Amino acid sequence: MTSPDPRRGHHDMGGLPAGAVERTEHDYALWEKRVDALMVLLGRKGLLTVDELRRNIESLGPEAYDTMSYYERWIHSITQTLLQRGVVTADELGRRIEAVRGREEGNG
Amino acid sequence: MADLAAPRFRPGDRVTVREAYPIGHVRTPFYIRGKQGEIERLCGAFPNPEELAYARTGQPAQPLYRVRFLQRDVWPDYGGQPRDVVEVEIYQHWLEAEASAP
Repeated sequence: MTSPDPRRGHHDMGGLPAGAVERTEHDYALWEKRVDALMVLLGRKGLLTVDELRRNIESLGPEAYDTMSYYERWIHSITQTLLQRGVVTADELGRRIEAVRGREEGNG
Repeated sequence: MADLAAPRFRPGDRVTVREAYPIGHVRTPFYIRGKQGEIERLCGAFPNPEELAYARTGQPAQPLYRVRFLQRDVWPDYGGQPRDVVEVEIYQHWLEAEASAP
């Protein structure tokens, strides 16, 4: 296997071998629908553009890009965008995640 | 009214895609850079996504063209019909008028 051309973004894979197209349909999990809704609402509020969403998806490292699911990439990118814009801070986010985790464990 | 960059190409014009590899939110596919094709249509003008991706305005709006390439000009080992084409939508600032044949 030849090493990838460093001038090519990992996402920019047009023309590379890709195997067969998987045509199976699947239902979306509730969290995936919520991520989609979050994207729509943030867009309407002017806090995120689809171009920023794409940029932060394409900024994922190749391994993460290939292993994360579609909506995992979206929520990663939405979070990055909100951090970059200062809508949330990393500290707020970290504390909130801890609080939610504590709530989940409490209900466990 | 939005600022608009004037269209420089018309359908039928021969163009070359710039062979550039900047860091950034580039929307011109890697495989088509440096290739020669023909303007199929002007699609309209849109804020530049390379700028929108960084939360800037993307103004002036950039003309976007659908450009038609012969598959055999794009892929050196293309095994299909010689007249097969691929059409790619490309912003004006990525296109240059093709140098006329010597």
